[in-house]
Amino acid sequence: MPDSIANPHGAEHAESHAHAAHPPYLRHHFESVEQQADTTNFAMWLFLLTEIMFFGGLFTAYLIYRNWYYPAFVAASHQLNIFWGTLNTLLLISSSFTMAMGVWCAETRRKSGLVLCLILTFILGLGFLGIKTIEYSEKIEKHHVPGFHYSLNSFLNPDSDEAAKAAGDKPLPLDMARHTEVYFSLYFAMTGMHALHMIIGISILGYMIFRAQAGAYTAGHVTFVENFGLYWHFVDIVWIFLFPLLYLISRHANP
Amino acid sequence: MTEEKEMHESQHHIVSPVVYVVVFLTLLVFTGLTVGASYIEMGVFNPIAAIAIACIKMVLVVLFFMHVRYSSKLTMLTVGCGFFTFLVLIGMTLADYISRAWGQW
Repeated sequence: MPDSIANPHGAEHAESHAHAAHPPYLRHHFESVEQQADTTNFAMWLFLLTEIMFFGGLFTAYLIYRNWYYPAFVAASHQLNIFWGTLNTLLLISSSFTMAMGVWCAETRRKSGLVLCLILTFILGLGFLGIKTIEYSEKIEKHHVPGFHYSLNSFLNPDSDEAAKAAGDKPLPLDMARHTEVYFSLYFAMTGMHALHMIIGISILGYMIFRAQAGAYTAGHVTFVENFGLYWHFVDIVWIFLFPLLYLISRHANP
Repeated sequence: MTEEKEMHESQHHIVSPVVYVVVFLTLLVFTGLTVGASYIEMGVFNPIAAIAIACIKMVLVVLFFMHVRYSSKLTMLTVGCGFFTFLVLIGMTLADYISRAWGQW
């Protein structure tokens, strides 16, 4: 019997524990709801720190390669569409806001408000992925996906490419132009991993919408919504850094 | 006595929607700023400005959306240690790569 484990806080506590009604969501290995909430919060943050290290590796690789193959990275980043990037940033920040409001609704036990917030977050997340699809298909059309069909045309003949022409790019030497493939490898690795996190988040959101409609998060136990919120905001933070690094910082730096 | 204090410390803090709205609007303003700044020619300060704005946005999200400002000391310490370790790892790696060829040309 798990309850018969010696209680370090003495018989008095054990007795009160046995008699006092505790909420059904309080697991027996925790002393109180607060302790349980603190523990899960701590665990969630540890998980997020491993995620930060993971994305941090990609960011470091990007910074090092940008330093090495600077002209190639500048020319390649001119291929990204700043309008889509900005719109996606706005969508993601808005989704973070609706998620934060969702947590507030769960804490104050507003069921319909919570469901609405989760659905808005869900839609904004899908919108982000939709725009990402448009951007990816542009890259596929221009043969900017690393691999056998990769084309150097935009970088060897910038006048034949609208985006390169608009940015005033000069033709790169062949060996430097080849390094644009490194930029796009990192672009797809970073935005792809970010999009994967979005897909996972949206899937969990779909599950949460059903659970929220059943009233699961508005009866006092908000840990799941809270910790999912942490995950969602983390994904937002990754994009907050991806956006300037990939889209913005090379706007005016002509190679 | 101590139990009472502990209870008080770990009491669940509900962040008001007003805070969320203010943070949200600030994030929107900073997004506009970072896009606007990228169209101004500032040389080396372009990336510095972009990353500085990104850091401000991150801090706002972490403190308010992620409730760290109102969290237990354990959470604050965890987040602080994590970011510190992260900066050490990135900083040392970048310092190595940037300075590796110094004096060799």
